[in-house]
Amino acid sequence: MSLLDTVRDAAGRLTGHPEPGAVPDPLIGKPGAIGRSLPRIDGPRKVRGAARFAAEVPADGLLYAAVAYSAIARGRIAFLDTTAAERAPGVVLVMDHRNAPRLKPPALFMTKPQAAGASDLPIMQDDSIHWNGEAVAVVLAHTQEQAEHAAALVRATYEEAPATLDFEAAKRRSRHPDSVMGEKPVLEQGDAERALADAPVSVDLIFRTPRHSHAAIEPHAVTAWWEDGALVLHDATQVLNGVRWTLADMFGIAEDRVRVLSPFVGGGFGGKGSLWSHQVLAAAAAKLAGRPVRLNLSREGVFRLAGGRTPTEQRVALGAREDGTLLSLIHTGCVAMTPHNNCPEQFTFPARHLYRADAIRLEQSVADMDMLANTFMRAPGESVGTFALECALDELAEKLSLDPIELRRRLEPERDPTSGHEFSSRHLLRCFEMGAERFGWHRRAPTPGTRREGEWQIGLGVATATYPYQRMPGGAARIVLNRDGRAVVSMASHEMGMGTATAQSQAAADRLGLPVEDVTFEYGDTSLPAGTIAGGSSQTASIAAAVAAAAAVLATELLKLAGNDSPLAGLGVDEVEMRDGGIGAREQPDRHERYDSILRRAGRDELVADAKAPPPRELKRWSMHSFGAQFCEVRVSAVTGEVRVSRFLGAFDCGRILNPRTAASQFRGGIIMGLGLALTEETQFDPRSGRIMNPSLAEYHVPVHMDVPPIEVVWTEQPDPRAPLGARGIGEIGITGVGAAVANAVYNATGRRIRDLPITPDKLL
Amino acid sequence: MPILVNDRPVFVPDDARVSLLDLLRDRLELFGTKKGCNQGACGACTVLLDGERVLSCLTLAAQCEGRAVVTVEGLAADGALHPLQQAFIDHDGFQCGYCTPGQICSAIGMAAEAARGMPSVVTADLEATDILLDRDELRERMSGNLCRCGAHNGIIDAIGEVFRGPESAGGAPR
Ligand code: FES
Ligand code: FES
Repeated sequence: MSLLDTVRDAAGRLTGHPEPGAVPDPLIGKPGAIGRSLPRIDGPRKVRGAARFAAEVPADGLLYAAVAYSAIARGRIAFLDTTAAERAPGVVLVMDHRNAPRLKPPALFMTKPQAAGASDLPIMQDDSIHWNGEAVAVVLAHTQEQAEHAAALVRATYEEAPATLDFEAAKRRSRHPDSVMGEKPVLEQGDAERALADAPVSVDLIFRTPRHSHAAIEPHAVTAWWEDGALVLHDATQVLNGVRWTLADMFGIAEDRVRVLSPFVGGGFGGKGSLWSHQVLAAAAAKLAGRPVRLNLSREGVFRLAGGRTPTEQRVALGAREDGTLLSLIHTGCVAMTPHNNCPEQFTFPARHLYRADAIRLEQSVADMDMLANTFMRAPGESVGTFALECALDELAEKLSLDPIELRRRLEPERDPTSGHEFSSRHLLRCFEMGAERFGWHRRAPTPGTRREGEWQIGLGVATATYPYQRMPGGAARIVLNRDGRAVVSMASHEMGMGTATAQSQAAADRLGLPVEDVTFEYGDTSLPAGTIAGGSSQTASIAAAVAAAAAVLATELLKLAGNDSPLAGLGVDEVEMRDGGIGAREQPDRHERYDSILRRAGRDELVADAKAPPPRELKRWSMHSFGAQFCEVRVSAVTGEVRVSRFLGAFDCGRILNPRTAASQFRGGIIMGLGLALTEETQFDPRSGRIMNPSLAEYHVPVHMDVPPIEVVWTEQPDPRAPLGARGIGEIGITGVGAAVANAVYNATGRRIRDLPITPDKLL
Repeated sequence: MPILVNDRPVFVPDDARVSLLDLLRDRLELFGTKKGCNQGACGACTVLLDGERVLSCLTLAAQCEGRAVVTVEGLAADGALHPLQQAFIDHDGFQCGYCTPGQICSAIGMAAEAARGMPSVVTADLEATDILLDRDELRERMSGNLCRCGAHNGIIDAIGEVFRGPESAGGAPR
């Protein structure tokens, strides 16, 4: 038996079974810290402004960086004049493709286990230009003002090459990507087109969603320096170990020669989930200068160098019997991508798992464009895919004269409609029931455009929310148990506002049978055991599985240490549990010894347990998804077309909720980003120049306080028996379904169907 | 004349281009004040200048000569939290915490504006000297402070509790 198998086996026994998910996590249903609304552990630091972000790490001899960006989308730099910049006051050096350190191109995300490249294009290695806004030079100076002034003095002329900049034109040469996040781009069950043609009732609709920007309030930033050939990078990232591995590979150094730290991230939403060019440029410039460098992207720089969500054009066609059951479900479409990345915005994923249909056809295409690589943004695929699917369902319900919730009831599948797997836990209809009652769904007027108060037309809308459960492979955790019985649990994981340290302290406390005050959770540093990406709503489960494995190792070691003088003598690891600050026999409440007592008797100051999480095999056996129902009330001005969201409620089925306070905030955050998606957000891309035209927070409109009504959030609280802790992850589901709930409410208010996001006043007049 | 930053005298930098924000962050290492856009669009850099809220990214350090700047680090005496800071924790008025110092400084300045009788676009009675900071007033007056994490409900609840009393905060997280 290999060491890994031993660990896996031990982990299996303490969590119930060696096969992940086969037996429910014993912590499910056990009272403890999980489920308590504890305030955030890092709250005092954040409200004092004492949480240190990546651009706030002091360093001796620090240089400030500023970037000059290309003004064309494709071609080569014909002439680059940096002399004026070099001569400007305070400038230490200018780096461009001629003097930048030679680097391998970044390994593209998903091509290697730790690869984190947002694109596999080389970074500042030659004179070629691949998108409008690519970095052509980096200036280092003693102050930010000096660096920015000098960057403005960099002069470049270009030889332009023909570029594909118009999505409409690019669509005509679209292709199937090799895979859509591991799934096939085309999925067919039966002849869905024929079934559609023969269906007594049908809708066949086109929906469009624009480019979106994450617009985290903290711009991407790094502070980097080299020490004896090793790189230290303070980064704002959601993927510490990926950044470390990919940078090491690019610079041709061993992975342990790179240390990445990121204890606080000022919002990520997927935008900081890759290695972008700025991290590489900062590390390269620091190497060239032999001094620490801070590269804090300007707001414009974020739009130029860090990609966002791609535009989509989607077709949803539904063919139904008179009772609403589906004969045909078709969801197809195209998104913009580049030949150098692999983010096809999996908008057909909701249709793979939500509804029963006799015939199904799903197809995703990509149109290659000469643009900054697009990337994942909160619920990539599901956020915009649910907009199309859930609006189409609303239109079908109306044709059938059925309440939209009743239609969904009639489409509820027994098993996953495309994989055929059993659902691990699915309570979608319960979400609709809970939400409908609390929201007052019965007050919705079935005929659109009939409720009015003065100039304001009032409408209600509803939509399904869904997001998959995911757990990432490759995570490891360490538990250090101290002589005083306290534990430090560590893993290189991430905090972008989710409350990671808080929720994971609660979970680890219950796992170890300790009060939550006696547990510290360390994260945010690659010198800790490997973490997994904080993306795909996976981090909670990924950490929990690794900590469970480490706890099993710890228990084994403790039993060895306890020896024959302990009440535990003779017990095997499968006969004990961690409880009341120690280890006890499962069936015998009196047989117990505290950790401090075991350690003291053994003369040990601490006990360390390391383990890797078992691979996420539960994903192969069950269909594991979260669900929700989004309810929206809008008021639409008949005079100006302005849409105000006056009430919103989300009802969610995400398994066990670890901390209701932080969970409610995360759900609300997703919903609010969904309100932006529905009503105001659009990254404007000039189809002639390929330049992003609104690279600022003044022109890219995220919801402000006045746009956000009180948002009620409820949940089913049904633990998932197949997930660690019974929890499925909550970071992304909040944004799904919101676009459709708003659009359906706008229809109910006005009788107008808007199928192109965002729903701006001009579209309603 | 020096600038008083959290009661500490600070000399005006030689470079006339230096914003108050960069003075605080780059020269004084007072990183509590955040840079979200550097162009007046997000509110993350809000500080109090002679008691009024200003965007420090749009304020030149040189303009602050002889004036008093209070940043998030200067809101409370050592160790303690300002009641609004505590209310932000109680109402979970933040997630990542990056917009938070700006929201807090902005809210303190906002409450002072309202107390002086300064109306907002949603104030019904423009002559009123006693403005009730209800939810709409707070939402309107705080709209210059963006929060991308979506902590808006908690932020408004926290501000409402401190500047209007707890009974009217409403919409508290469950
Ligand atoms: S940094 Fe000053 S308003 Fe954004
Ligand atoms: S808490 Fe993250 S931006 Fe407001």
